[in-house]
Amino acid sequence: MSKTHVTTTINGTRTEFLCEANETLLTVLRDRLHLTGAKEGCGSGDCGACSVTLNGRLVASCLVLGVEAEGAEITTVEGMAEGGELHPLQQKFLDLAALQCGVCTPGILVAAKALLEKNPDPSEQEVRYWLAGNLCRCTGYDKIIKAVLAAAADLRGAA
Amino acid sequence: MSAPLPEFTLLHPHDVDAALAAAKAHPEARFVAGGTDLLVNMRHGIGAPDTLISLSRIKALRRISATDDGLFIGAGVTLAELARHPVLRHYEAIRDAACVVAGPSHRNAATLGGNLCLDTRCLYYNQSDWWRHSNGYCLKYRGEICHVAPRGKRCRAAFCGDMAPALMVHGARIELATADGTRHLPLEAFYLEDGAAHLVLAPDEIVTGVYLPPNDADSARSAYTKIRIRQAIDFPLAGVALACDPVAEGLRFRLAFTGTNARPVLVDLPEALDSGANDATRDDYFNGLEKLVQRSVSPQRTTTTQPHYRRLAVAAMARRLAVGLAAGSAAGSAAG
Repeated sequence: MSKTHVTTTINGTRTEFLCEANETLLTVLRDRLHLTGAKEGCGSGDCGACSVTLNGRLVASCLVLGVEAEGAEITTVEGMAEGGELHPLQQKFLDLAALQCGVCTPGILVAAKALLEKNPDPSEQEVRYWLAGNLCRCTGYDKIIKAVLAAAADLRGAA
Repeated sequence: MSAPLPEFTLLHPHDVDAALAAAKAHPEARFVAGGTDLLVNMRHGIGAPDTLISLSRIKALRRISATDDGLFIGAGVTLAELARHPVLRHYEAIRDAACVVAGPSHRNAATLGGNLCLDTRCLYYNQSDWWRHSNGYCLKYRGEICHVAPRGKRCRAAFCGDMAPALMVHGARIELATADGTRHLPLEAFYLEDGAAHLVLAPDEIVTGVYLPPNDADSARSAYTKIRIRQAIDFPLAGVALACDPVAEGLRFRLAFTGTNARPVLVDLPEALDSGANDATRDDYFNGLEKLVQRSVSPQRTTTTQPHYRRLAVAAMARRLAVGLAAGSAAGSAAG
């Protein structure tokens, strides 16, 4: 099958790739562009491990065809830290031990960042509701929710 | 690792006419919009269309506009856009439903048209190919028998879209287009009670949008609620939309259900709730409503949750919504 040429901006850098029609954005990111932060968990949109943003909107990249990214701006977990400095969400996840095996962490960080950009001061319930699409088998979620709320407070303080 | 998607050719028409021409030229093609239902099924080996016609670049389908007699919502509007759109403030059930479809990442991709055309769901169908293969497949796809009702000849898979019941209680009409023209149907006429063929949509036909009659009276109210396994992300085990309209005799209720049958079920309550009713009469009325709902739905063993529980739950939710809206309506008229 012939490949399609796709032009996107990924984490602020103009990026071109060739992909097959049946390749998902997740496969393109991981196998063609070697951005392996986003993970494949379920492949059916249930687990959130592959979360990225597409034109500012949180999506499950396992359910987006790579070709549909034409002209889009994509951000992945690799785009969160600036230079050597971690994003406040990443820093709080470390400080508060909000991860164990780490497979769900990139998706949760991207999803939480999308939430805080929309709602800088979410309640605990809003954070839990928003992250309902991100499964974690290790932490029991409590530390994740606390880290997101702490990062939100940090970001509001810095603003 | 989940199974990769089968190979297909992907087309990107820029307008509806080009999409319909492509469908005519490729009889085996499927339309894809957000992909949150179709791609999951394809990965499970359900359907292997040689061509997918993506509707993502058709701007005309993403329109929400006021018309002479109400509102038009394009089939390509995402559920996230619907959930926050100010024109839906007088259509509470529709806004409620848009807010509770799946999780945020799905609502950002999924479209109204896709949700209306959602494939029916069943414990024996929404499984990987090897799982279904080892179970002898089923009546809905590739198999001979229905594991839910083995003696039956009809697929019992349940329609689980959240938007359809909410639109139905608001009197929505659906617009369908083929290369030969467009047609309009009351939304309830778009569905059939057959889990393997639940839409009247032809293979080369697309949903272009829905029309809603005006609903700007302050006292007309509606709501949608559902039960699900994973709160804040799942398909409904059962869902209820309810609208109440003030009429001369009191309040008229219109209800619609999802997750209980192969199609969304619309029920117009024959009698109005008398506005002067005392507490005992009101209680009788709501008891009658609850019993009518129980008789109107037929949940099957299509989920891990028992049909009897879903029948009782959907009726209890309907009663709760009706009591709440009646109370709100009474408070509203007292305040006014």
